[in-house]
Amino acid sequence: MGGSLNANHLMFLGQGALWTIGLSLIALIGGGLAGAVIALCRVSPSRFVRLLSGAYVQLIQGTPLLVIMFLTYFGLPTLGFSVSPLAAASASLTVYVGAYLGEIWRGCIQSVPRQQWEAAEGLALSRTQRMIKVILPQAVRIATPPTVGFMVQIIKNTSLASVVGFVELARSGQIINNSLFEPLLIYAIIAVIYFALCFPISRLSRKLEQRGGPARPKILAV
Amino acid sequence: MKLNLDFGVVLERWPAFLDGAVMTLQLAVIATLLGAAIGAVGAVCRRSRNRLAAGISDIYVETIRNTPLLVQIFLVYFGLASMGLKFSAFTVAAVALTINVGAYTTEIMRAGFDSIPRGQIEAAEGLALSRLQIYWHVVLWPAVERVYPALTSQFVLLMLASSVTSQISAEELTAVANYIQSDTYRAFETYILVAIAYIALSLIMRTGFWALGLVLFPRRRRLGTPL
Repeated sequence: MGGSLNANHLMFLGQGALWTIGLSLIALIGGGLAGAVIALCRVSPSRFVRLLSGAYVQLIQGTPLLVIMFLTYFGLPTLGFSVSPLAAASASLTVYVGAYLGEIWRGCIQSVPRQQWEAAEGLALSRTQRMIKVILPQAVRIATPPTVGFMVQIIKNTSLASVVGFVELARSGQIINNSLFEPLLIYAIIAVIYFALCFPISRLSRKLEQRGGPARPKILAV
Repeated sequence: MKLNLDFGVVLERWPAFLDGAVMTLQLAVIATLLGAAIGAVGAVCRRSRNRLAAGISDIYVETIRNTPLLVQIFLVYFGLASMGLKFSAFTVAAVALTINVGAYTTEIMRAGFDSIPRGQIEAAEGLALSRLQIYWHVVLWPAVERVYPALTSQFVLLMLASSVTSQISAEELTAVANYIQSDTYRAFETYILVAIAYIALSLIMRTGFWALGLVLFPRRRRLGTPL
């Protein structure tokens, strides 16, 4: 205890913020890849694949991210796999983000008008060609605002990586607080940094949404 | 490598899990009810001509939606303590979750209010309904009916998010799991069981909301539009 907030502390927080950004990017890329696979599986012609991917989404969306984190970080080692905090956080976020993005993107793929499918079929395009050349380019445009909006959720959710000891923004705040014991000040600073990271993205998402176009799936999150 | 799973040791502790699940549900129900009330008021403020009320509501929604729940929980926890107020972890958790979900509910309700056509309100004015009557019968209920699916998903997410309150040792399901795994060294089994418990809780909540929807919105039931 003792001492006051100085430049070193702020540097440490800055470093934490950089890790928050880094972890968010890992989650976005990993979760994006997983989400793309899930979304395609969810609209697959095979009933089995649809059911399987649907079950995955239901299971992950019914489980808190915190529990997934604990399961990978504390659970896997008891089975004999050793996991670093960064690996545990990245894996959990990828699994979690994949389910949500997969569901958002499924909605976007399905909101491309039916006639587009039929017209592409009429042009004798194969299923893969229809998907790549006709449906996906339109779906990507529909998907942009909700995906940008979901990035805010990703940034906020990386704060849960602090519980497995990964030193991102929230955790670096806890560490500083342990030496200074000025919780209100420190958590307020952290909240401000998160806000500064998230607010511009929220605004961008809203702006993209207002640009009009077809109805889009609403993103929910805590 | 040989997998060596033993769910028995963990399952023996089922009364503790049950207590945790009950507390999780209590937190969810309290925050849902209070959050819905805040949402209804917040959405009215956001649309009101009073710029102060609209501004406050706007700042509240944006602040909460752009900061992590974990940080909000710590701020409420230490904020209340610094004012010299001593509350149980459960109360602090309930307060933090309510503040959080209130902001999301405000945003959803506002979208619902915006979806009510102006003509409906003008028609109600033409029928000489009072402002309160118009708000209640013409704006609030039809709006809630429209955004009911979004609202209920949000409340289920809130229940899942209540797991974060384990960090201030509110003894809900996740905190119980942390305790049991440190006691039995069966982390994998414990968290798998807790994940299943959460999935069950979200199914229970979804079913409950669906049934509630049938009771609350008989018009919709008659029309046969799914909730």
